[in-house]
Amino acid sequence: MARPAKDAPVLLRLDGITKRFGALTANDGVCLDLKQGEILALLGENGAGKTTLMNILFGHYVADEGAVLVSRDGGEPAQLEPGSPHAALDARIGMVHQHFTLAENLSVLDNILLGTEKISALKSARTPARSKLEDLMTRSGLTVGLDMRVSQLSVGEKQRVEILKALYRDARVLVLDEPTAVLTPQESDTLFAILKKLAAAGLGIIFISHKLAEVMASSHRIAVLRGGAKVADLPTDACSQRQLAELMVGHEVSETVRDARTPGATLFILTGISAGEGREALYDVDLDLKSGEILGIAGVSGNGQTMLAQVISGLETPVAGEMRLEGSAFSHANARMMIDAGLARIPEDRHRDGIVGAMTVSENLAIETIRKPDCQRFGLLRFTAMRDKAKAMIDAYDIRCQGEDSPARLLSGGNIQKIVLARTLEGEPKVVLAAQPSRGLDVGATSEVYRRLLDARARGAGVLLISEDLDELMRLSDRIAVIHRGHLSAAEPTETLDRGTLGLRMAGHTMEAAE
Amino acid sequence: MIRFEPRGPVAVSRMVGVSVTAALAALVLAAIPMLFAGLSVLEAYGLMIKGAWGSLFAFTEMLTRAAPLILTGLAAAVAFRAKLWNIGAEGQLYAGALAAVAVGTGLISGPSFVLVPAVILAGALAGGLVMLVPTLLKTRLGVDEVVTTLLLNFVILLFVQMMLEGPMQDPMGMGWPQSEPILDEAALPKLMDRMRIHWGLIIALTASLGVYFLLKRTVWGFEIRAVGENASAARHAGIPVTATFIRVGLLSGALAGLAGVGEVAGLKGYLTADLSPGFGYSGIVVAMLAGLSPIGVVFAALFIASIFVGADSMSRATGVSNYLADLIVAISLLCVLVSGLFLRFRIRLASTRPAQETAK
Repeated sequence: MARPAKDAPVLLRLDGITKRFGALTANDGVCLDLKQGEILALLGENGAGKTTLMNILFGHYVADEGAVLVSRDGGEPAQLEPGSPHAALDARIGMVHQHFTLAENLSVLDNILLGTEKISALKSARTPARSKLEDLMTRSGLTVGLDMRVSQLSVGEKQRVEILKALYRDARVLVLDEPTAVLTPQESDTLFAILKKLAAAGLGIIFISHKLAEVMASSHRIAVLRGGAKVADLPTDACSQRQLAELMVGHEVSETVRDARTPGATLFILTGISAGEGREALYDVDLDLKSGEILGIAGVSGNGQTMLAQVISGLETPVAGEMRLEGSAFSHANARMMIDAGLARIPEDRHRDGIVGAMTVSENLAIETIRKPDCQRFGLLRFTAMRDKAKAMIDAYDIRCQGEDSPARLLSGGNIQKIVLARTLEGEPKVVLAAQPSRGLDVGATSEVYRRLLDARARGAGVLLISEDLDELMRLSDRIAVIHRGHLSAAEPTETLDRGTLGLRMAGHTMEAAE
Repeated sequence: MIRFEPRGPVAVSRMVGVSVTAALAALVLAAIPMLFAGLSVLEAYGLMIKGAWGSLFAFTEMLTRAAPLILTGLAAAVAFRAKLWNIGAEGQLYAGALAAVAVGTGLISGPSFVLVPAVILAGALAGGLVMLVPTLLKTRLGVDEVVTTLLLNFVILLFVQMMLEGPMQDPMGMGWPQSEPILDEAALPKLMDRMRIHWGLIIALTASLGVYFLLKRTVWGFEIRAVGENASAARHAGIPVTATFIRVGLLSGALAGLAGVGEVAGLKGYLTADLSPGFGYSGIVVAMLAGLSPIGVVFAALFIASIFVGADSMSRATGVSNYLADLIVAISLLCVLVSGLFLRFRIRLASTRPAQETAK
């Protein structure tokens, strides 16, 4: 792709940024240059310090050491006042956060104008603003209806509004935090095409990501962060995916591979399940899961995956349809019954549904089996037995914690997920429901999750994997079904599918249209 | 600019420290109105300490006052642990007292070892059943229990007044709205001769140990803690959340009902509509001051009881109204609430030190 001129002026310079949070060094002497017309990818695992660095750049945090320098109007970079988002805006830095900062009940135009007008101004600058925005839209390709309410927009459109917001304020540097996390593959492609256009028009762009493929495809230069420090800063055409993965993790990466298996008998069946109402509802969902297979459910976030997981977890009673596990039917929601029937549930939001943060690791490991004889006798808790069991699980699942009696909320996301894995998989369940099991986890914890799911499959369990990550689904699943607006497509063998087809289906195109 | 930074785990010693600091801060702040009333602060506090701890009589009076506070404090603490906001201990206390009087004034007759347990059970049951109504409204219909429990207090008090002026009025009471006296066999025994202190204190202390044991060592207690700390995760893990709320509601109401039993069958001997000087409400302060610890409740109740009894005594000696006691109790609640903030957050004043957050 077209690279910026060698002598392009430096727009932004981070000079030796160090940021500590207590004992943790989130950023360690990071230096970074961004030239005009350049797309820089900031690559790193969760916890590598990418977001912290960008928050310092944008003035949300103050660096302990180092400075942010910005060039104004092509001049030499000058220091930016630390800790002031206002100064960052003045210096024409625009940030698109991972979680959008839009007022849902206002129109697109109002959202963009919000904060740009003086409170004392008598006349609203809507008419000039509208023509400026329309001009911006035609030049960049970021089209969105200015009079639509934000609540009516799709996720991709909301992201465009965020970018427009920055462009309207004449941003020269655009920072995007994990911009593709919520997009379909097609939407991501469109986004990157727009970013390239913007860069060609002279913007400097930084995007944060942990997805190697998109980083390789869409950047001029890649900076890799690991443990808070910059470990590499390379032109994109000089890198390989494997090299980047190793730079990110710090050691060689072993690929998780799914061996070929013939699935066994059908274990778990949903017939005509409808549940909930509104956006997150399910309509007439059919599904069958066999022993020894992983069935992937692909879909863009918010298309009914949460409701599907709720129904299977025994938290939501379907309004119609039938759910059967090895012949026994479950008509009304009862989490206890599902657990006792041998269904392991890995919740989508592990902090909210997976652990009780104030309780200890040992208590969290026992919470699903607290009424079983190995945890209680005559209603009295068996502490010693619980602790011993916890210790064994902490060893077996490599849960990093300060002992079984430390509160679970002190653990990292990966270790919290290991608690959930340990307690749900310990009883050798027949069916495993894994909802977004690797969301927010680093490479190490993710491969641990994959290994456990594949182990469950190898021992004959049926695994239902709900995920928004196509790479993960293609890698692990034997069959994949797509969920869109509450309708689930028939599952097809992974070998017969490709990313493009799945992406189209995720966006709502029917099977016929995809072919 | 003030910034709040979340703290790590909270040690028990720090929690105790915070409660003690809050209590002391309340005493210091209460000195301000004392000065306005023209009192010498040290002298006034001296009188209060003497009035609550200065003699055997004073001490037993203070303990007598502490007994219902321990029970209403436990009622609030156990409910709050499950995040069931029972503000209705006052009403449950009256319901317990009413049931105790109904059983204890001749509904059944028999020896002490039958009547006393019957009175206690009736009171606990009545308190529990009163709390069952808001609990079911919450679990079935999602009605906010803060509103229902609070309003039930007035309903029950009016019901008690109606009973005392109607079917349960003492025919020998010269028209006063009061019940018949409780039979001697149904009364809680006194603990000491010539003192008012009675078995209600033993019941309260036993209840405190019982609730501690329940929360710490039993499956039900485990479930109460899990529901209170994260109801969503508890539900996901198959814990019966509704059943847990019902159990906690029954227990909480029963504890408040026991406070009513003690007051009517241990202390007063008959029921009037001014049986409780707000024990139900003070119980909330006790529970908060104790950091919802069932053992801490005992100490918090002793503190609050000392304030009440001491202020009564001080007001007799100086002529300053004993409303001062209510003032101190109220201030100590505010101090506890503020200190809770200090417990969970580290507060920084400088704007250049940004908030501590977990790095992403």
